[in-house]
Amino acid sequence: MAEMTYREALNAAMCQEMDRDESVFLMGEEVAEYDGAYKVSRGMLARYGPGRVVDSPISELGFAGLCVGAAMTGLRPICEFMTFNFSILALDQVINGAAKMLYMSNGQIPVPIVFRGPTGAALQLSAQHSQACETWYVHAPGIKLVTPATPADAKGLLAAAIRDDDPVAVMEGELLYNVRGEVPDGEYVIPLGVAELKRAGDDVSIVTHGKMVHVALQAARALEREGIEADVLDLRSLRPLDADAILETVRRTNRVVYLEEGWPFAGIGAQIVALIQDEAFDHLDAPVLRVTQADVPMPYAKNLEQLAKPGVRDVVEACKRVLYMNGHG
Amino acid sequence: MAYATRTTEEQLNDTAPEYEGFTREELHGLLAEMLLYRRFEEKAEEAYAIGKIGGFCHLHIGQEGLAVGAIRPLAPDDVVITAYREHTQAIAKGITPRAAMAELYGRVDGCSGGRGGSMHLFDTSVGFLGGHGIVGGQIPLGAGVGWAIRYRGGDQICVCFMGDAAVNQGAFLEALNMSAIWQLPVIYVVENNGYGMGTAFSRVSATEMEARSGAYGIPAHTVNGQDVIATHRFFADLAAKVRAGAGPQFVNAITYRFRGHSMSDPVSGTYRSREEVDSHVRDQDPIVILRDGLMERKMLTQAELEAIDAEARAICEDAADFADASPFPDPSTLYDHVYAEVNERGRLFLDGRGQGASGADAVAHGGRRGGPNG
Ligand SMILES: Cc1ncc(C[n+]2csc(CCOP(=O)(O)OP(=O)(O)O)c2C)c(N)n1
Ligand SMILES: [Mg+2]
Repeated sequence: MAEMTYREALNAAMCQEMDRDESVFLMGEEVAEYDGAYKVSRGMLARYGPGRVVDSPISELGFAGLCVGAAMTGLRPICEFMTFNFSILALDQVINGAAKMLYMSNGQIPVPIVFRGPTGAALQLSAQHSQACETWYVHAPGIKLVTPATPADAKGLLAAAIRDDDPVAVMEGELLYNVRGEVPDGEYVIPLGVAELKRAGDDVSIVTHGKMVHVALQAARALEREGIEADVLDLRSLRPLDADAILETVRRTNRVVYLEEGWPFAGIGAQIVALIQDEAFDHLDAPVLRVTQADVPMPYAKNLEQLAKPGVRDVVEACKRVLYMNGHG
Repeated sequence: MAYATRTTEEQLNDTAPEYEGFTREELHGLLAEMLLYRRFEEKAEEAYAIGKIGGFCHLHIGQEGLAVGAIRPLAPDDVVITAYREHTQAIAKGITPRAAMAELYGRVDGCSGGRGGSMHLFDTSVGFLGGHGIVGGQIPLGAGVGWAIRYRGGDQICVCFMGDAAVNQGAFLEALNMSAIWQLPVIYVVENNGYGMGTAFSRVSATEMEARSGAYGIPAHTVNGQDVIATHRFFADLAAKVRAGAGPQFVNAITYRFRGHSMSDPVSGTYRSREEVDSHVRDQDPIVILRDGLMERKMLTQAELEAIDAEARAICEDAADFADASPFPDPSTLYDHVYAEVNERGRLFLDGRGQGASGADAVAHGGRRGGPNG
């Protein structure tokens, strides 16, 4: 175990995989000479050379497509988006290319590619630079998606994503890059599709993913002070989805809040709610509530931004509502 | 069977000056190839009319010279990637007429197992990487194929076809730029049939086609795609240059589509006149041009022509019979090949019906996962 930042853990995963597999390369804007827009690829150019750590032009559609094409012939590209906001320009190659190629070709053409970069809001970057892109990726069959919340998960999940034979999006967080934590030494891989119970409590379940795991844990601590014990389940992987873990926490607490950074309409929470009502309806003592970003583009003004982002207070409130406390419900 | 350039003195003496470099046998081969493609497309047209083929189906009739001329000079491990008007290109690269037709029919013996259809023919074993339906979408993919070749230090090349309308996509500009800065071994070929559906190229481009690659520093070439000999010669030469390290190339191949844009589209109409189509069919048919040229020079007899055509028809007849006899894909395979790797835990399919990881879950949860259809 070594303590390192989330950023360093991602770097460690990429180096770990590039050391063991020649077919892995990194491409994206500013990944080489600039060390990465968020310094995630620091030192990698010197270590692997410009043939494997490649600065692309600002052409998201183009370089994502180029990486998909390279993956179609067996290379394993790590395609870095400076942020996933900009990957919206590349969605055709992600969805129509990467996600569907194996199926259209009847299994002939796997696309072992990783799309990675930060998703979600940082601080006061306003509408176009602050959005959670999970839904757009996870919506299409053929793609996998993981959202590491801790440095250890960042290393283990990114390594697993690179080794996986399918396209995998690894969604990070700008505000996570400096988070420190213990990370296992040596080769470390966390299988996709395995959620992690971050905290056990029998009264209510807070299910979430990515950066919001930290908000959920804060909310759980606040609830604890009021005598309420919350389960906090970090999905870690949205597709494959650890449905067993979700159903298990539902059966234990019978009350669920889904917390996510994105918008509510057809969001990740909507899918989780559908799953729960479909398969654990009889175990529910209250409707499942969702805590999401306000259903508006992200505003710039500090106070409005605070209002739009899902926060600890919203989660505490929602938990109390599913517990029929506070006179709600 | 690539049509190699001249090998012996004997073969050289056997041909006319216009056809220098091709033996009589090779010339017959080129004609046979084009006739095969023509008959294949006609058979597809027929099958579409009786409902054997569905969806969008785009015929290459009129443009066969390009499939032959641009693809036959390639090596088996070179890669072709293209758009949706690709039946004949697929056959030119080595997919059998049977496997292509069965795919059009949506059958299990199709080259994409019936999952792709007319627009998505694939066969990696012959270096044919599709068959792509989003206008321009295959262009960055082609660049990526070139990138991978360079990455591995191989000497293959990639030929990436597109229609004239595709050059207005951002994907084209981005892919050409990257190909140039990284000197990728890719030949970008515009099958310039003058129209994107009903929109003449001149209405959507302020410059000539040849000007479209210059901004990226990629050499532009123009070739008459209706002249299979010229096209073949040109691509044999260009492929060798790119293989030797000349970097990416841009080819404006002039051609004409003799049919409507797709099956539901009339041959002529609001956007092009009957006369325009007729004059091209009369004067610019790549098959007629070669046929007449050979006959004038006494290099092809009527009997030989008839034999070649009979053979082409027989192959397509057989392909259609084969396709018709091939079963539909097994319903139990619906979820196959969505993912290459089913992870040990977690559901990949959220519809309550998917197999693999989720199939196991269905049992664990007392079978409650059955959706309305499951
Ligand atoms: C991105 C995109 N926009 C629109 C379409 C619908 N569409 C299919 S073919 C076509 C015209 C393309 O013309 P061209 O590239 O010249 O190829 P051709 O059909 O002439 O072979 C259009 C608009 C599409 N498939 N993809
Ligand atoms: Mg066209």
